[in-house]
Amino acid sequence: MVKLRIKDVEFSYGSNPVLEGVSFDVNDGEILGIIGPNGAGKSTLLRCMNRILKVRKGVIMIDGRNISDFSRIELARIMGYVPQSTHQIFPNTVFDTILMGRRPHLGWKCGEIDIKKVLETIEMLNIVDLAMRDITELSGGQQQKVFIARALAQEPEVLILDEPTSNLDIKHQLEVMNIISKIVKERGITAVMAVHDLNLASRYVDRIIMMHAGKIFAVGNPSDVLTEENIRKVYGVEAIVGEHDGRPFILPIRPADTGTHDS
Amino acid sequence: MGNETASIRKEMERLSDEYKRFVGRKISFIVASVLLIFITAGVSVTLGPYDISFIDAYSIIFQGMHDIIFRFHNIYAFIQFLDENYMVKEWVIWQQRLPPIVMGVIAGISLGIAGAEMQGILRNPLASPYTLGISSAAVFGAALAIIINLSIVRAADERFLIVVNAFFFAILSSSLIYGISKMKNATPETMILAGIAITYLFMALTQLLKYFAPAEEVKETVVWSFGALSANWSEILISFVIVLPCVPVLMLKVWDLNVMSAGDEVAKSLGVDVERTRQLCFFLSSFLTAGTVCFTGPISFIGLVSPHICRMVIGADNRFLVPASGLFGAALLIAADTVAKIVISPVIIPVGIITAFMGVPLFLYLILRRSREYW
Repeated sequence: MVKLRIKDVEFSYGSNPVLEGVSFDVNDGEILGIIGPNGAGKSTLLRCMNRILKVRKGVIMIDGRNISDFSRIELARIMGYVPQSTHQIFPNTVFDTILMGRRPHLGWKCGEIDIKKVLETIEMLNIVDLAMRDITELSGGQQQKVFIARALAQEPEVLILDEPTSNLDIKHQLEVMNIISKIVKERGITAVMAVHDLNLASRYVDRIIMMHAGKIFAVGNPSDVLTEENIRKVYGVEAIVGEHDGRPFILPIRPADTGTHDS
Repeated sequence: MGNETASIRKEMERLSDEYKRFVGRKISFIVASVLLIFITAGVSVTLGPYDISFIDAYSIIFQGMHDIIFRFHNIYAFIQFLDENYMVKEWVIWQQRLPPIVMGVIAGISLGIAGAEMQGILRNPLASPYTLGISSAAVFGAALAIIINLSIVRAADERFLIVVNAFFFAILSSSLIYGISKMKNATPETMILAGIAITYLFMALTQLLKYFAPAEEVKETVVWSFGALSANWSEILISFVIVLPCVPVLMLKVWDLNVMSAGDEVAKSLGVDVERTRQLCFFLSSFLTAGTVCFTGPISFIGLVSPHICRMVIGADNRFLVPASGLFGAALLIAADTVAKIVISPVIIPVGIITAFMGVPLFLYLILRRSREYW
């Protein structure tokens, strides 16, 4: 079943087109990975899907309803967003940071139910020991878990993640991706995430969208999309693609001599 | 396995209790600030050439409040009654000592709340109610009245001209920032840069006036810009009426302010209309600030330091920080006013100078003993 439908989406910063004619569907309950080189339009696309940015042309539909017909708060009850990184200026406890996720659901007063949801989320992500600590003193991996927790406390049907594993070491990358794929299955939610690391994408996502210069270059499951030829054309990199457990893995060799890439 | 779930449950209960205690501590701080206001006010009211004890002072205040509400229905009739009946103690308290204290409470609350709001919406720890040009605009308004007797209203009373001008220009500068933020995006950067520009504009205009003015009037302008808590009851009433409606609206927005601390994108994804909230909170805090600055002059430091002190003690949750900052600001301001009265009595030093002398050591102490990285 189609959860999200993105149709002919265009976006530009000033006169610089960033997205051109982007169309794809996201199925209910899948993890969709968006890959592509820097500047391909991944983050912009995610921000359009969440209406942080407004599309110039085209529509984005969730359950058949155009997202521009939603009020911001209605949308916030359906879609959660995990940013690449945020810079928190003032110190705040982890508990209160996660409690922010309840904002779309609460009136002025935060009730027992909201506290309970926060506690549940803390338990699920196994971060009880962090709960009363200050978000600014946590490591990158711990912070990322807290941001995921905040989006989960929101109880969304769709989770949008912008490179949730950037700046993390390998172990934390795997931990965070495990958490995401576990909750997607357990809660039956849909996840769309931009991923920088091709191997991580291959290992964890159900389907991949490969973007290049604001357009969709290829769509399909990891072994269809992550081919030596696609990687050369999109990233301008010679790579060897192997296979393990039915999933491709990528060993980059060198920059291609005559790339069609633009950078 | 059963053991493990039991131990997890226990952990979660412990966390839930800890969070409740954490919230309880914040409420205690707010209650303590209110008590501090009453104690400081009580001490302040006993100070002066005429000897009145703390207990006496409060019984006179409560008796007076009762009389004003049930007998006279009007504070001026009450004070006239005191005057005609030679009730000296009562008259000294109600006519001389109480007005600056009450004005101090209103100004402290306004500046404390406006400071917390500005730091929140601009996501900037250096922000204060004056960051976006209000004080320089108010000083310019006052200078216009003092130096060339020019005002947007006609009146013989210079004090009245100063108040009206200061208020008008404070609101004018805020409206300019508001307009600029409407034309461009209402990002913190746009607003701060526009605020700096406006500040310099009004500073230059004031300097121009001062350059051509006689020394007497220049001094008067400068003294006004130090800030002082002189006020009469009508002025108190007006500033109270200005402040009163702003506070509940700002309190309604504290959740949005919390969420905005995580960045505009996250706030939007959590359902907050970031730009509108920022503009609304900015305008209301400007209104709060203008409503007191026009009577007291730009009392500095309270609006910057009270939110920081409160944040260091109770954390950044604006549900508690905003009211705490207002109440603690009020306590700090009247404490400073008390010191201002006694330090080289009978000369009263402008309270704006004393707030810095008192706030700085407290602030530095908190910075030095803090255990965590602040910003």
